[in-house]
This record gives sequence, C-alpha cells and structure tokens, in this order.
Amino acid sequence: MQNRVLVIFAHPAYEQSIANRAMVSAIRDLEGVTFNDLYEKYPDFFIDVEEEQRLLKEHQIIIFQHPFYWYSSPSLLKEWQDVVLDYSFAYGEGGYQLSGKCLMNAVTIGGSESSYGSTGFNHYPVDELLKPFEQTAIFCGMRYIKPFVLYDALALSDSELADEAHRYAQLLRSLRDDDSLMQEGGY
Amino acid sequence: MEMQGVLYQTFIFLLAAVIGVTLAKRMGLGSVLGYLGAGIIIGPFALGLVGNDVSDVMHFAEFGVVMMLFLIGLELEPKKLWKLRVPILGLGGLQVLLTTLLITAIAVSVLDLHWKMSLAIGMMLALSSTAIVLQTLSEKGLLRTHAGKSSFAVLLFQDVIVIPMIAVMPLLSTLQVDATTSVGHVKELGLQQTFLILGSVLGIILVGRYLVSPIFNWIARTGLREIFIATSLLLVITITLVMQKVGLSPALGAFLAGVVLAESQYRHELEVGLDTFKSLLLGLFFITVGASINLELLADSVWLIVGLLILLLIVKIAVLGVLARQFKMPLLENLIFTFSLAQGGEFAFVLSTYAAQNGVLDQNTISILTVVVTLSMLLTPLLIIFAERVLQPMLKKDIERRDFDEIDDGETPVIVAGYGRFGQVVSRLLRSQGFNTTLLEYDVMQIELVKKFGTKAFYGDVTNVDILKAAGAETAKLMIIAVDSQDKCLKVTKLCKEHFPQLKVLARAKGRREAHEIKKAGADYVIRETLGSALLLGQEALSALGYRHYQAHRAAKTFLHYDNKHLEELSDIWGDDKQYILEAAEKAELLETVLRADQEANQVEQRQPWMADWTSEEGAEESQSKKEE
Repeated sequence: MQNRVLVIFAHPAYEQSIANRAMVSAIRDLEGVTFNDLYEKYPDFFIDVEEEQRLLKEHQIIIFQHPFYWYSSPSLLKEWQDVVLDYSFAYGEGGYQLSGKCLMNAVTIGGSESSYGSTGFNHYPVDELLKPFEQTAIFCGMRYIKPFVLYDALALSDSELADEAHRYAQLLRSLRDDDSLMQEGGY
Repeated sequence: MEMQGVLYQTFIFLLAAVIGVTLAKRMGLGSVLGYLGAGIIIGPFALGLVGNDVSDVMHFAEFGVVMMLFLIGLELEPKKLWKLRVPILGLGGLQVLLTTLLITAIAVSVLDLHWKMSLAIGMMLALSSTAIVLQTLSEKGLLRTHAGKSSFAVLLFQDVIVIPMIAVMPLLSTLQVDATTSVGHVKELGLQQTFLILGSVLGIILVGRYLVSPIFNWIARTGLREIFIATSLLLVITITLVMQKVGLSPALGAFLAGVVLAESQYRHELEVGLDTFKSLLLGLFFITVGASINLELLADSVWLIVGLLILLLIVKIAVLGVLARQFKMPLLENLIFTFSLAQGGEFAFVLSTYAAQNGVLDQNTISILTVVVTLSMLLTPLLIIFAERVLQPMLKKDIERRDFDEIDDGETPVIVAGYGRFGQVVSRLLRSQGFNTTLLEYDVMQIELVKKFGTKAFYGDVTNVDILKAAGAETAKLMIIAVDSQDKCLKVTKLCKEHFPQLKVLARAKGRREAHEIKKAGADYVIRETLGSALLLGQEALSALGYRHYQAHRAAKTFLHYDNKHLEELSDIWGDDKQYILEAAEKAELLETVLRADQEANQVEQRQPWMADWTSEEGAEESQSKKEE
C-alpha cells in the first residue's frame, strides 16, 4: 500500500516562477499525488473549508509547497490554515482528525543558503524560520518532516533546476512509498 | 346633468372598460383594443348604453392625451430631446409632407375632387394617432427601441404641424359659407398671434424653470398628498387653457412643460400623481373613439369605406416604409415603425371640425372620413401585432442574407456577441489585458454610439452561422454571448456547439431558468446577469447595517458559493416543476442555516490553539460538563 500525498500549492505569481514550474511539472502527474493549487482555486481568498478538510482526510502526507515570502508562506496559505485547521477538526472536541499524518514544507528561496545562517544577512536558518509550521503540525498531532528547500531560485541554470525538480519528485516518491509513515489505526 | 345620470354613465364606462380590457388582455391584444371594442359595444350604434353626447365626453377625454404628453415630456430632458432633432424634423417633416401630397394627388386624380378639398383631406389623413400609438408601443415595451423613438419623433412633429394646418383651413374654402357659422374661430396667423404664441411658449419655459419648483416646495410642505396631486392637475389644466386661448395644441404645450420640468426634483412625484388620471382618461378617450364609429354609415357604404381604408393604409405604409429605409432603420424595426403609424388620428377629428366650419368639406365627406379614420385607429393594435408576429418572423430569414458588415479584424481569440452595457465591460477588461476582441452588435444606434468613443463594433445578426464564421468563430478560442435576448443567447450557444465545437462558450443569462437552459444547450460557463451586482449591493447593505466590511463580504461570498452549488445540483431535476420548487425551497432554507451558522461562529469568541493551556483546561471543563449532564 502507498501513502497518498497532498501537495497544497500556494503561489500568487506562478506564471512567472521558473523554479516552481519545474517542480510542479515534476510531481503533478505522479501516481498517488494530488495537486491542490490554492491561488487557482480561491482567487478571492474565499476558501471552501469542507472541500479542503475532505482532501486532508483522504491523504496521509501533506506538503505545503510555496515560495518563501517574508520568511513565511504567501498569505493565502496562512488564510488556509486559519479557516481549515478549525476547532473540532484539527483540534478541540471532536478534532485531531489529522493526528498521525505528516506535514512538510517545500519552499523555494531567492537567496543563497549562506545568507540563512547566523552570519548571513537573514540571520536565521530556514528550519528555524519555519518553526510556526512545525509547531502547528505538532499541535495537531501530526509528524513534521524536515523541509525541502530550493535556494537561489532565480539564479539556477536550466539543468540545475531540472536536477532540483528531480530531487523533489524523488523525495515525494519516497515519502509515498515509506511504510513507516503509514497512519496507525487512524480515525 | 344630474348626479344620478353622471354616476350611471360612469358606471357604464367603467364596467365596459373593466370587461373589455380584461378580455383583450387575456387574448393577448393589449388594452387599447379592449377599450375600443368596449366603446363600440356600448356606443349608440350597438347597445346604445351611452347616448349621442359621446362627443362631449370625447372632448373631455382628450385631456388624457394632453396628460400623456406632459408625462412623456417629464421623461425627456432637454438634452435627450435635442438628440431627437433629426428624426423629428427630418423623418417627421418628410412623412407629413409626402403623405399629404400623395393623398392630395390621389384625391384629385382618382376621386376627381377639387384640389383644395383634396389638400384638406391630405392634411387630415397625414397625421397619426399619438394616443393609440404611444399607448400600444409602451404597453409592448417598444417605446425605447429605435422604432419606438422614431415613432415618437414623428408624432411630436405632427403635434406641432397641426397648428399651421388649422391656420390654412380658411384659405381652402370652396363652399359657400354662412358668415355666422364660420365665426372668427380661426384667426390668421398674424404678427400679433405669432407674438402671443412665442410669448406663451416662453412663459411656460420661464414659469416651469423658476416658479414651479418654489410653488411645489411650498405645497409639499403642507404634507397633504391630495393637495400636491391637485396642484399637479391644476398645472396641466392651466397649460391646456392657456394653449387653447392662444391657439396652440394643448398637447404640445403640456409636452413642453413636461420637458422643462424633467430636471425638477418633483419629477417623480408628478409622474406618480398624474399617471392614474392619465390612464383612465386615455381609456375613456379610446372608449369614446370606439363609441363614435358610425356603424349605420359603415353598413350603407361599406365598400367605399373599406376601399378608402385600404387605400389610406397602403399610402401611409408606403411613405413610412420608404422614409425609414432612407433613414437607415433596420428592416425589423422599420416594420414596427411603419405599421404603428399607418392610421389616421384624433387630429383628423379636430381638423374636420375646422374644415366644416370654413366650408372646405361637406358633411357627408367628413362623416365618411371620420369612419375611415376611426376604423384605421381600431386596426392599429392589430397591425402592430401583425407586424410583430407575422411579418417579422417571415422577413427574418431574408434579413440574414442582407449585407452585413465585412469583418476585417483578422484573427482574434475572442468574439463578443452583443456590445451593450454588458458586453462592453467584458470586452474592455479583455482588451486591457491585451486580448483582441471582435465585437458583434445588431443595433445600429449602438454601433454609431460606440464609434464615437473609437470602438468598432460590427453590424451583424449573431444567430447567423455565416456571420459567426466571418467573425472568426472557426479560429477563435472564446465566444462571449452578452446579448440581452435569451432566445438569441440560446440559439447562439446551440449554433456554436454544433458548428464550432472547439469554441468555449461563456454566456450571460437572465435568471435561474435561463441559466439552466443555456447550460443545457452546452455553454461552458453561464453567469446570471444580476446576481453579482445584487450580492454586492446586499453586501453594502450589511455594511450599512453595521457589519464590518470583511464580515459582510464573507456573508455575500458564502451566499454565492452555496447558491451556485445548489443551482448545479438542481439542474438535474429542471423541468419537473413540482419537484424543483420543493427542493429549491429546501436548499434556500439550508443556505440560510449555513449563513447563520457562519455568522454565529464569528460572534463566539474564537478559541485559538495558542491561548495558554487551552487544551488542558477547557478540554477538561467540557468533558466534565458533559458528565454532569
């Protein structure tokens, strides 16, 4: 049995993003992967909560794929968290329906890896900046998986991009096929 | 007349109107025919329920025509009137001139009458019936169309030209006249008279501009509605009396006053106050027209009268049709215009009185003409129905073969069918993003209008496959159907799906029913035309009621979301009326529940996971309270 993977993709300017296009086309048609394009589905930020919760329930591995905006996600993904991870669904009485599932961020970053260090001008490593996501996952009883990060998104050559996209697809495949991540019992 | 008599007559008139109009409406014939028919039946020549004093009632009822013109004036600001100057002077002037000349020529050559008599007859018959035409057209919603506006323009010109016509009547005298009967009714249009007319017109404008508003201000402050209405009536009656005094048409004067007051703040109050009076008086007028048809005379010389009637209709239709064509009116509009104005009118009665007084025509001729004119008025609503239901569908096929514009836009990805208010917004948005659009429009006036703004729309009927092909339907990606008519929209959708399957169809629907039908016909996307704006307005209303804008926005969005969803779900049972209404009501209730729930959820202080120790404390409390229950 395979895990089902849900890629929740948030990019307000997808048409201009070379890196994300390469990554998306590498994983979009993978077996067992569902691609959920938030800015395409909810241009007016009016999120269909029922529909999103249904998707979450049907999948085991949840990926937030997004560019790194102000050390976090684009705003629609934040709105998504605010309304979808609701009381009595993600937590609270009758909640915790996500417990046992896995969450991972897949981020594309314009800056270099070295800029995200204690000596770089971004001061903090990406893992640490993503702590709010990690804590959200933990709060909901989910397992947080170390993020996939693509640095220098604007400067990579075509072949380097292809390599990164391939690495991303490989990661998703291995998550999909990893029996140890399988939900035990579940709801 | 004593009280009882008046009440009895009122009873007869009202009863006849109620029965006649209800029946006529049931048969889809319009109110005018109902009134006319009722008039014939209660008239002195049939049941005889109303006597020979019908003509007195008629004079009184003509005041309804005056009021109608006043109300029409109220809707026409000076700016709009100025825009109509070409059709009024050109179309109206030529119509009166040509029809008069043609009828005169026929009377001289065929009927062998003296040219002076012929000219008088020509003038009488050239004029149409303002009352019947405007009432019928407005009832059919045709007044705002090209044909309706042109008809109005012609009728307005006739209202003006009738004054000089009256003035020249004495010059056409051929018979010996008894000096005592010819009286000084008609004064020569001398210098003094001209000044008097100009003065009173100027007076109306000045009084309307500067005096009426303060007066109404003062009256309105009394807060008594009936006094306000009385003042409105008084205003129109005053105008009528002044106009009659100086020898101008009261209808024209009232119209002028209406135009002057079109920009006043009391415009709508006036409209509402006078509308009922106008309608009842007009109805009464139509009844008296019906009642005055001399059935005995008709029976005596039926062939002569029918012959003259047909001749009259043919001449008027010919002149009107040719003129409308010269003025580039589209054929379908032309038909309505031509058949609407093909009758003789109430001015013929007025002119005939003067003709008799001045010894232009003998009583026998006048009687026959009156019957012919009345019958032609009776036929008008039928002629319009004939044009609309028989001729238009027949000619539609021919029209499609007429020369539409050559479309030279090259390859464009988007075709916009219908370039009215709706199509314009869609097209402008697309163009702002750099997409070229080919615009198709069927209304020549609209094409001329947008041309002034530098936009080129092509003239063409979008229900014609060849036009769609010429517009590039074979290579385009999208067809946007923004036409107003739902029949057309449905037709175009079907045509596109049949002939251009690659073309995506995005369509505008009036309401739910239409949306279902168009979707069923294969449209890829259908939007209900008023839904979006209604929701935006509702959202504003919520804000005005104290909602924060975000919350109002959410409510509107939730509403839209569920409404669309329900529409989709209901589309399967469309056609099964009973089931549909049942389920639709259920869904509407569901929607309200959802909206209320969303609202309540937002009012409860939100329990947020990062609140200190939330999970342990509140969770424990909740489980405890559960146990206690």
